[in-house]
Amino acid sequence: MTTRVRSAAEPATTEVAARTARGPREHLPAARRAGPRARLGGVAAFVLLGLWLLGRRLGYGPGEYLQLLVDGTVTGAVYALVAVGFAVVYRVTGVINFAQGAFVMLGPMLTVSFFRALGGAGAVALATAALAAVAITAGLAMAVHRFTLHPARGASALTRIIITVGVYISLQGLALRIWGPRPYVLPAFTTLQMADRLLEVGGVVLQAQSLWVWGTGVVAVLALAGFFEGTVVGKAMRACAVNRTAARLMGIPVDRMATLAFGLAGVLGAVAGIVLAPSTRPTYDMGLDLGLKGFVAAIAGGLVSVPGAVAGGLVLGVLESLWAGVTVAGFKDLFAFVMLILLLLSRPQGWLEAGHE
Amino acid sequence: MRQGSWGFRWLAAAAAVAAVGVWDLVQPGGLARLSGGLFTSDLLIRTGLFTVVLVGLNLLMGYAGQASLGQAAFYGMGAFASAIFTVRARVLGIPPAVAEAWWWPWVVMVLAALAVGAFALVVGLAILRLRGHYLAMATLGLGVIVYIVLRENLGMPHLNLTGGFDGIVGVPRLRVGGVQLWPVQVYFFVVWAAALASMALGLNVVHSPVGRALRALHGSELAAESVGVDVGSLKAKIFALSAALASVAGSLYAHFQAAVVPDTFGFVPSLELVVMSAVGGMSSIWGAPLGALTVLLLEQLLRTHVLGLVPAVSGELEPVVFGAMLVVIMMYWPGGLVSSRRTQAPVWTSR
Repeated sequence: MTTRVRSAAEPATTEVAARTARGPREHLPAARRAGPRARLGGVAAFVLLGLWLLGRRLGYGPGEYLQLLVDGTVTGAVYALVAVGFAVVYRVTGVINFAQGAFVMLGPMLTVSFFRALGGAGAVALATAALAAVAITAGLAMAVHRFTLHPARGASALTRIIITVGVYISLQGLALRIWGPRPYVLPAFTTLQMADRLLEVGGVVLQAQSLWVWGTGVVAVLALAGFFEGTVVGKAMRACAVNRTAARLMGIPVDRMATLAFGLAGVLGAVAGIVLAPSTRPTYDMGLDLGLKGFVAAIAGGLVSVPGAVAGGLVLGVLESLWAGVTVAGFKDLFAFVMLILLLLSRPQGWLEAGHE
Repeated sequence: MRQGSWGFRWLAAAAAVAAVGVWDLVQPGGLARLSGGLFTSDLLIRTGLFTVVLVGLNLLMGYAGQASLGQAAFYGMGAFASAIFTVRARVLGIPPAVAEAWWWPWVVMVLAALAVGAFALVVGLAILRLRGHYLAMATLGLGVIVYIVLRENLGMPHLNLTGGFDGIVGVPRLRVGGVQLWPVQVYFFVVWAAALASMALGLNVVHSPVGRALRALHGSELAAESVGVDVGSLKAKIFALSAALASVAGSLYAHFQAAVVPDTFGFVPSLELVVMSAVGGMSSIWGAPLGALTVLLLEQLLRTHVLGLVPAVSGELEPVVFGAMLVVIMMYWPGGLVSSRRTQAPVWTSR
């Protein structure tokens, strides 16, 4: 910590010089070259050591750790999906979309309502309800971009962040109005009942829903990769991310791509919320927590990279699960935000360069 | 603007505030009745409290151009410091002779402000290196961390210092000598004295070389650095000042409300502060009272009047309208109510 504070106090000119005069890497001093990665490694070692020390106090063995780790990858997969939504929107539009949390909440809430309207029983009804919920959330996300952020596209980054925050507050308020404050129940996908089937593999207990979460995560990420690599629209969106002006000159409808990015984020958010819902009981305010955690995961992955966001989500999920296992329940949420600040501080130059400013 | 020209406006504002205060004192509730239940003493005091916070926030966001999405944390730290050191004095081993003296809450208020300011200075030196939305996210994270620590009893449940979710009740009223600064009509003067003092402080900063350095730093950190502004230390100092002001407001809030709960200082309240700042106009000290009053009035109006007129719609619609208002203001009116054109320009043009 001391080195970090000292480097904060040193004149910003050295930082500026290092940022502007980027010669061949060999010419940089060795410490500077290894800097970001070494510091990140330092943070990781520090965190793991702390977790291990706390766990030893409770007498945890490998079995407990394995269980926590597996649980963590389930939450992590959800964080990853939310994080990818952040990354896609940020790459294409340069906006951090706080409303992402609202999409995560709307997915399961709408699914619950539609499922009831369709009779509340059967796999077909559940699938239809989920699909409709995803479609509506995606449409809403696109409308959010078209009617709020698109008109304000010339405004500063902070203004646009505040706009998305306002959208989030409105949508959550609307959800409270529609669904009220009580938690809802979405049946597990395998049993179609409240109680899920439990699997036991090598001493690790697992809900069948966890397989759905992993599967959905893998399918969603592969589909997204296919979209970005293999379709014209996907490539056009990537072009917008690289250079908006150049993309526009090439005839790509940049604004429409931005709206589409919001639609994608809506789909990802809603899907993440829906697969998670059977094991958590969705409420109108579930989006705040998941949105912020997804954002931390996206930051961990560098905010612009889809694979980075996935990795960030999984790492955050696992570490948070380990942390929650070794500490008192109320402090579970602390981890992500401490990690957020440590991550931001440990690699500011790297991420500032990656940002659009 | 000339160096001393804000003095007259400030005096006029102080006179207006004093007039309102005296009216409310002579004829309690008269103003509220005349305005159809809008301008209650409660609303006026809250406006004053938020003015103190917003002066700091405006200096930080509107002048120095550094975002803070966690300002409610400092407000909460002040409030909880005052509550803990007065209500839980015995647990902390403070002798009753000190804890029950009339000057003790005032001492706590000052020490809390200094401590919160020092905390912000240290944290600020680290996180204010970040720019744009990275800084916004770091302050957001800081705000959530402070909220969780308050909610979880500072990690020491056996002492039960913060009272967890339920917070602390029974915070004593402020006194001077043997005179209690209560009822609410009297407390009005305490709060607004703080509000006007913070505005004078803010206006002084803005119209001093420091204010010019802040605006330079807002325009371009590189350029400011190159003309000799110590950017890192200046940003941290303004951050510390804004935190100390928020802490004072928090202390005054604790003695006003007589109870503090962590939920008053979470993530959403931090956002509300940003909304008030934006509505009033970030790059103006006068935007602070105006933004606070406008937002609080609108909330009051929504609660008591507008939503009552529409059948089958309850007060639950408040956040919806609140969020929508925020979006519309940021889209079409980003300068806020007070737009002093000269200083406003750099804020909203994209960098």
